[in-house]
Amino acid sequence: MSATTLGARIAAPAARAPVWPSGWAAGLAWIGTAALISLWPDADDLGRTWELAALAAGFGGAILVGAVAATLPALAPRLAPLRAAGPWLLVLALALAAWELVTAKLDWLPRPFFAAPQSILEVFTDDYARLGESVGRSLLLVAPGYALGAGAGFLFGVAMGWSRIVGYWAHPVVRLIGPLPATAWLPIAFFAFTSSRGASTFLIALASFFPVTVLTWSGVSAVSKAYYDVARTMGASPWFLVRKVAVPAAMPSVFVGLFMGLGASFSVLVVAEMMGVKAGLGWYMQWAQGWAAYANMYAALLVLALMCSSAVTLLFRLRDHLLSWQKGLVRW
Amino acid sequence: MVNGARLDVRGVSHAFALEKRALRVLEDIDFTAEPGEFVALLGPSGCGKSTLLRLVAGLEPPTEGRLLVDGKEITGTDPSRTVMFQDPTLFPWRTVRGNAQLGPEARGSLAVNAQRIEEALTLVGLAGFAEAYPHQLSGGMAQRASLARALVNEPKVLMLDEPLGKLDSLTRLAMQRELVALWERERFTALLVTHDVEEALLLADRVLVLSDRPARIRADIRVEQPRPRRRDQPSLVALREEILGLLGLAEAA
Ligand SMILES: Nc1ncnc2c1ncn2[C@@H]1O[C@H](COP(=O)(O)OP(=O)(O)O)[C@@H](O)[C@H]1O
Ligand SMILES: [Mg+2]
Repeated sequence: MSATTLGARIAAPAARAPVWPSGWAAGLAWIGTAALISLWPDADDLGRTWELAALAAGFGGAILVGAVAATLPALAPRLAPLRAAGPWLLVLALALAAWELVTAKLDWLPRPFFAAPQSILEVFTDDYARLGESVGRSLLLVAPGYALGAGAGFLFGVAMGWSRIVGYWAHPVVRLIGPLPATAWLPIAFFAFTSSRGASTFLIALASFFPVTVLTWSGVSAVSKAYYDVARTMGASPWFLVRKVAVPAAMPSVFVGLFMGLGASFSVLVVAEMMGVKAGLGWYMQWAQGWAAYANMYAALLVLALMCSSAVTLLFRLRDHLLSWQKGLVRW
Repeated sequence: MVNGARLDVRGVSHAFALEKRALRVLEDIDFTAEPGEFVALLGPSGCGKSTLLRLVAGLEPPTEGRLLVDGKEITGTDPSRTVMFQDPTLFPWRTVRGNAQLGPEARGSLAVNAQRIEEALTLVGLAGFAEAYPHQLSGGMAQRASLARALVNEPKVLMLDEPLGKLDSLTRLAMQRELVALWERERFTALLVTHDVEEALLLADRVLVLSDRPARIRADIRVEQPRPRRRDQPSLVALREEILGLLGLAEAA
């Protein structure tokens, strides 16, 4: 009986999802902002005003299409995350309008220190080649350094947590030197390495090495002795205990270390690029500042933020994949 | 066919070093379990039952005395002596099957034992949960997974540390029957730790009654009643009274 009613309920056509008020508001706000940008003349001669207006209008139109689609039963579940972003989309439109007003339209804020939105857009349309190359150079510098430091830190942390002798000798050293910011080594590194690239890689590796070491070490040390007992009674070798007991049990802690190390690596990357390496986003920002090209600086800052945030997102995806056993997810 | 090993426990005493003094846990424990014998260790909680199993497993050497399997001194762990621990201690990062195959995997004989792993999971009723993670199991299911993990090692001595403690009474009855059937088929030497007098009498050939800490053997009681047994059989009821008396818990007749 109850099974039939349940079946009937599932078979019934899904109702239309409710309207998305913040979506409509956001779409209209973006189109309004586009109108403001294009119709109100700029106080000064600025490029890319029309392009910015077109972009805002297109974005607003896309949101309106989304607002219509979000009420269709077939698309509603997939557009649910977009729905949640409604208030943000609205506030962003208003913020862009306000920014546009106080810079390009009314000229209240001193230029060039405060750049108008279309000036930043202009950087992307006109200087994308150099920006793109800087991103590439930054990635090529930070990735090997981080991988080196994180890999070495992981191995060293496991050794410290596993072997009493390694722990005994390494602990005081890690305690003394670990909290030192990697940038403090900058003068020594640039002196000790012949190439600035070598020095920077070393510093970036150092920055990720310590957090990964310490958190791997503490993760391995915290593994319950009962797990080792179980494995030992079944004939596990010490090597098996390390690989299949200590390391998996320590993984949640290792990922905290990898996350902290990533942040530290990026901070060293920017400093190293500003101080010695004549390439990458850090260098681009410094170069832009030297020419008082503040719009370029802000554009590079935005790109850097996106780059760091994407790296962290990737790391978290990997963690969620590897540590799925931790969550309450039903997976069979 | 008897697969079990002979286990000799000779004058074993054990103490843990606490901060100031030594905590004496076992005192002059002396018994022999014949190959394929089912021995129950019965005693109050905290008296040292789990510690005795750890010594037989070879996880720790005894402070005094000797332990021998088939006449050879126990010097370390060996997969032929496996323990089903009191806590299931399943590895949370492994599925039920991943946990069950731990022993063969550790010894590099996974391929040979694939069939046996599935059999063990079916035997404990977890075939449908092979891909589940430990946090998705109930307490009783976790203990059954832990039993499967011990069984795949084809132990000669199987130590069961309060294996049915977390089960509801119905599952408990079913599992007791399963345990006997399993033991009759495989004929390993079984050491069952329990604080349930009836369980000891239903399952074991012999019941060693232990005293409060430090544990001494108070009595070595042979259960002659042939299997299958029922808890209300007169001989078992009489033995139950005797044991409760030894533990100072005799019911006023
Ligand atoms: N590693 C240890 N260090 C110190 N004391 C311990 C240790 N393991 C067990 N004990 C103590 O030994 C006594 C017996 O423990 P156990 O063998 O687990 O008892 P049970 O009979 O309940 O299984 C308890 O008092 C316990 O606190
Ligand atoms: Mg115990």
